[in-house]
Amino acid sequence: MLTPDVLIIGAGPSGLSAGTELVKRGHRVLVVEREAVAGGIPRHCAHKGFGIRDLHRVLDGPTYATRLVAAAQRAGVTIWTTAMVTDWSASAGATITSPHGRFLVTPRATILATGARERPRAARLLPGDRPSGIYTTGQLQNSVHLHHQRVGSRAVILGAELVSFSAVLTMREVGCRTVAMVTEHPRPEAYAPVAKAGGLLFRFPVLVGHRVTRIIGRAQLEGIEIENLSTKQRRVIECDTLITSGDWVPDHELARLGGLAMDGRSKSPIVDGGLRTGSPGVFAIGNLVHPVDTGDVAALDGRHVVASVEQWLASMPPMPSTVQLIPAGVLTWVAPGRWGEFVARPSRGRYLGWVGGFARFPRVTVRQAGDVLATRRLPWPAVPGRLFRIPSSLLRDVTISGGDVTIEVK
Amino acid sequence: MPVLRDHDAVLPTRCDVAIIGAGLVGSALAQALSGLDCSVVLLEAKGDVGDATSKANTALLHTGFDATPGTLESRLVRRGYELLSAYARQTGIPVERVGAVLVAWSDEEFASLPTLREKAIANGYHDCALIDADEVYRRLPALGPRALGGLTVPDESLICTWTTSLALATDAVQRGTVLALNTTVTSAVVGAGETVLTTSRGSLVATWVVNAAGLGSDVIDQLFGYDRFTITPRRGELLVYDKLARQHVPHIVLPVPSSVGKGVLISPTIYGNVMLGPTAEDLRDRSDSATSESGIDFLLTKGAKIMPSLLEEEVTASYAGLRAASEHKDYVVDVDATQRYAVAGGIRSTGLTASMSIAEYLVAAIRDAGFVATEKTTLPPPPRMPNLGEESLRPFANEAAIAADPAYGEIVCFCERVTTGEIRDALSSVISATSLSGLRRRTRATNGRCQGFYCGADVLARLAIAVEGHS
Repeated sequence: MLTPDVLIIGAGPSGLSAGTELVKRGHRVLVVEREAVAGGIPRHCAHKGFGIRDLHRVLDGPTYATRLVAAAQRAGVTIWTTAMVTDWSASAGATITSPHGRFLVTPRATILATGARERPRAARLLPGDRPSGIYTTGQLQNSVHLHHQRVGSRAVILGAELVSFSAVLTMREVGCRTVAMVTEHPRPEAYAPVAKAGGLLFRFPVLVGHRVTRIIGRAQLEGIEIENLSTKQRRVIECDTLITSGDWVPDHELARLGGLAMDGRSKSPIVDGGLRTGSPGVFAIGNLVHPVDTGDVAALDGRHVVASVEQWLASMPPMPSTVQLIPAGVLTWVAPGRWGEFVARPSRGRYLGWVGGFARFPRVTVRQAGDVLATRRLPWPAVPGRLFRIPSSLLRDVTISGGDVTIEVK
Repeated sequence: MPVLRDHDAVLPTRCDVAIIGAGLVGSALAQALSGLDCSVVLLEAKGDVGDATSKANTALLHTGFDATPGTLESRLVRRGYELLSAYARQTGIPVERVGAVLVAWSDEEFASLPTLREKAIANGYHDCALIDADEVYRRLPALGPRALGGLTVPDESLICTWTTSLALATDAVQRGTVLALNTTVTSAVVGAGETVLTTSRGSLVATWVVNAAGLGSDVIDQLFGYDRFTITPRRGELLVYDKLARQHVPHIVLPVPSSVGKGVLISPTIYGNVMLGPTAEDLRDRSDSATSESGIDFLLTKGAKIMPSLLEEEVTASYAGLRAASEHKDYVVDVDATQRYAVAGGIRSTGLTASMSIAEYLVAAIRDAGFVATEKTTLPPPPRMPNLGEESLRPFANEAAIAADPAYGEIVCFCERVTTGEIRDALSSVISATSLSGLRRRTRATNGRCQGFYCGADVLARLAIAVEGHS
């Protein structure tokens, strides 16, 4: 297995799904996972809602992860766990460190499926003391669901994304009450019904338009100071637990070590509709390229990438020509970030993007060489802190000779 | 090994030398003194060695090129550089000789570079060279625009301050020093031939007392009837950038010092990150190591000018350290033969480099003042410390180590590539980790870009098992 057809780095939903599909089509696949157990982030998300779009079932996270792993194993995918890629480049291959030793794997194709993580307190530049009691949702869920550790009794959640509400549920299980949710955005980032239900069900205020200005507590967290962005008034909320939720950043270390072309805004490797990176034989899928969408959407990337991987394995074609997709208006990044003729339609027929401002009924305009190719008002809102979906039909008239394409969201 | 940590552990009733403070200086003193035929007790108020000023500095091994010529600090930094470099080679304390470039951004700064070179020579350092702007940019391509020229300091180096404290204290303990953690000194009664120290762990009779209490050194000094210096904790805030930023920073980028202080530098770290800082702000509270809004804003503004591309990278950590600065321009290092009392106070950030030479100097001084002890004929070898340096071979990259013990191939902290073998070692070493911060300083675990998103729970679980096992 040191010379597989395809090396997949990361055994979360996208990596496992890609592995299963490729093995079913007769390729030799090695999936390496640095955690001790395969399955990725869903393993510690106890709430329901996984598997809808790929397995057509509503599962909780651990069940979903278990099913994906079992399906991969049944199909014949080799999965190495506690095996971390500690060095990688497309030309030299991947150095894998594990308790069994260090191995150089030189595959014909490589798929990066390394996922994303939440920005922790330091990366958000939150000033103040550095007590214990501050967690990302990931660490919280790991602690509670996999290690059965205790957290505090009064929590404030920073962020109001879907994952933030998932943190509320996790804390409720261990008897930790959420006393407030704080977001800089003028409205919660989660879908309005979820946010409303969350607030009503659990009876905590969602403090929109506020930022954290100070962490208080020398050894253990005692409170946080928050500022109302419009009035500049500050006040302290007593709490012993702070969850820095959401604010995702892709785990792009290997992508950057390998010198892939990166998107400066999403900090993800740039891919085309076929999930090809700028480096021949290297593909990137899942939340590494769109931080973050749900597990099932990541899993569908794993199926979508198969066509380009097979094309590469069959004929090792030169890099296809593509045009760049440039975000404009409130759109800050878009993935895939390039458009090409082979696999022009992205996974699920949707481009995924991130917006810096709110628009209730956003208008999307696609331009190439100064010409408006398409413009349409979408019925779903553009909300900061939540992925924005753009139908690929808006890019139907893009041509490979027409130069860079601008996608504007207003 | 005699490390007293638990509440009910009992101090020896007497010793030849009691050292107050197990930071870098106190640990170096204990290491030096326990090389002599005498009994040494090292008293530390906190629960770990090197857990105050010594843990949060810029972690540079200084040549002393910019010290004030003729001061004790100048002499001891120069000597300390040699001693600590040699000790680092023996014990495996990681050191990386990356060199520094002092960059001039204004005509005034540019004009002062030759003077700085002369000052370096006066400090006994001869290898500084003046370079023009082109050469500055050749060495530091990511530097912001409008640098006018620079001065190179090829021997300025990175060092792991955490491993240094721990190596010196471990060495001391192996040589017979009794290390008493969680032990606060509250009073000192000087008698005819001995001094009675009252501590939170009971009283201790000592012939000699050495004060290396860092941020508390002036308070201890007062117990001996002095009123000669006051520690004003000077807060230095730092931002640590992601390892992927290291490519921008091949050398330490120093500012031209001004009357206000050494200014903000950008430096690689021994762990493979990049550091931006420090700020300099005098505080009253000796335990306030919080970061501040204004400090972070100041650093971001400075950083944007020095190296704009750095600010595009992710911040891995922010922290603040307190320098134990006094009102004096020099270290306060003195021996009182009558009271059999010595002090090393007001030791600023250069104290990391100077720790072993301060110890050497003070030990000689107290021997001159009548302390009699011969060299021990046999000493245990100095400890071999686990390597935390990014540029030297770490366990995860060491095939032989993994073959001999698979735990060195089991990476638990992905960002810092820390293995379960290293965590196990840190939890069972001579001066073992008993807190998450202690474990971080011994292994780097959870110090990385995800700050525990993946491994925090696992690492805490391992720590909890070890701590329960001890008690």
